[in-house]
Amino acid sequence: MKHVLEFEKPIINLKEKIAELKRFTEDSELDLTDEISTLEKRLADLEDDIYGNLKPWDRVQMARYQERPTTLDYIDKLFTNFIEFHGDRYYGDDEAIVAGIAYYNGKPITVIGHQRGKGTKENIRRNFGMPHPEGYRKALRHMKQAEKFNRPIVCFIDTKGAYPGKAAEERGQSEAIAHNLMEMAGLTVPIVCIVIGEGGSGGALALGVGDHIHMLENATYSVISPEGAAALLWKDSGLAKQAAESMKITAYDLKQLNVIDRVIPEPKGGAHRDLDQQAAYLNEVLEASIKELTDYSKEEILEKRWEKYKQIGEYKSVE
Amino acid sequence: MLKDFFGKRRKYATIPSEQGKLDVPEGLMQKCVGCHKIYYRKEMKKHMNVCPNCGYHHPLTAWERIDSLFDEGSFVEWDKHLITGNPLNFPDYDEKMEKDRKKTGLNEGIVTGKGTIAGQATAFAVMDSSFRMGSMGSVMGEKIARAIESAKEESLPFIIFTASGGARMQEGILSLMQMAKTSVAIKRFSDAGGLMISVMTHPTTGGVSASFASLGDYNIAEPGALIGFAGRRIIEQTIREKLPDDFQTAEFQLKHGQLDKVVHRHEMKSLITTLLEMHQKDGVIS
Repeated sequence: MKHVLEFEKPIINLKEKIAELKRFTEDSELDLTDEISTLEKRLADLEDDIYGNLKPWDRVQMARYQERPTTLDYIDKLFTNFIEFHGDRYYGDDEAIVAGIAYYNGKPITVIGHQRGKGTKENIRRNFGMPHPEGYRKALRHMKQAEKFNRPIVCFIDTKGAYPGKAAEERGQSEAIAHNLMEMAGLTVPIVCIVIGEGGSGGALALGVGDHIHMLENATYSVISPEGAAALLWKDSGLAKQAAESMKITAYDLKQLNVIDRVIPEPKGGAHRDLDQQAAYLNEVLEASIKELTDYSKEEILEKRWEKYKQIGEYKSVE
Repeated sequence: MLKDFFGKRRKYATIPSEQGKLDVPEGLMQKCVGCHKIYYRKEMKKHMNVCPNCGYHHPLTAWERIDSLFDEGSFVEWDKHLITGNPLNFPDYDEKMEKDRKKTGLNEGIVTGKGTIAGQATAFAVMDSSFRMGSMGSVMGEKIARAIESAKEESLPFIIFTASGGARMQEGILSLMQMAKTSVAIKRFSDAGGLMISVMTHPTTGGVSASFASLGDYNIAEPGALIGFAGRRIIEQTIREKLPDDFQTAEFQLKHGQLDKVVHRHEMKSLITTLLEMHQKDGVIS
């Protein structure tokens, strides 16, 4: 493991201790089998305790984890014959978003997702998964094509948010996001959106208007980063941890708020621990969604999508 | 105590009540934000809060805006009774809302309804930046969505004047989702042939700028209005570069092809009247 997440430190420490004891017994006459098995039992309990009780801030770290699987990892595991297509036809190709077509269970689908880089070099090329307007426009171009050829659309959401840059503003960041929201509302093919890492604000939502919205267990989805919220509300970005608690950004929170449909489980310790297992969990949910949604007529899809969004929000009535 | 014999101690203090503040007339004079010239407030009001000297557009409240556009007595408000329910149990949120309700006399930072502009009926929404910076939460999303649906059912145009700092932090993801909710409503309205005019006033930023504000058939702005997605400070920190003074102004957005027109407040009613006329369903000039 390359990095250690803050909350995992007790586990790592204990693991190291066990390894040390094991090494020690190899070189000496002492029999420490009992001690080791006690410690291993304690390790298992500790893992259950820590991974079973992750706090919102722990999940934020998990969602941002450099080793966490990305859109292209899932495309590789879930689909066959993926062909990536580039460009928005207006300005350029934004590599913070990948888009293309592939087979899913033998049928063509359109797949679009934010793409973070695996290392520094790729991260620079992909702008750390933070799109410019041309990224959203590329995505929309592919969605329109999906509609034309009657293919379902799968969107993977994994971004800190829209890129806060000068050029992005000059090229109509607001218009690009707004246009995607409106056009996705009217697409007559099924749209399944899955938040796999960070779902950051408008940049995430621009790929996020769909019929079913799912989230991985340790993914987050929020209107602003916890750091940003803390800076705005309390003038102190150091209070990010507190903001993460207050903002209700975890998959379970969003399920409770009726914003998402399903929470997709992760292997113990997070998606990066077992990509195959994670892909299998994801596949199960995706398959059920596609199956359900392809049964609907075009009119039903649009009507249900409206019903879905219409009910989001909470308010009271006073006279 | 010995020290009680010394120094003056006030035994009573007059704390002005919130209601009292409302009743007291505002200052007689007003300083222009643009050129710092001092005017009688009355005179500024006569000019619709546009500075007679430099043309700076000061904010209008929701009801001032309605008065500036609608035929007298024609406006009927919708859904005034909706107020926020603090869905995340966010600390201090209820108190803040209560304070702004008292301060502005509004239940939320938006007024929706219908009325006639130069005799032509239209559905209408106007945001008020004096209420929580016009930030968008569940109630605002719901009121906009309902107004658009009503416009669709009654075959009316829909006009919105935006003024908002963006999504309301205290409602978290529900605020973000109002961007989607209003956009889905606009799509249905647009597909049914409805006319939507969006007028962006100072400021129109964040999630509001990246949803309904940008989705009019005509996107218009008032001069000098701040319009953009990300905040200036965040961009400057990200790109480590000082941004030009006119960055994200209405004029900047016009230059970059993001707006149809920048229109002086005094010309606004006449433009909207003409647009409404040109989109009458029978297309006849009367």
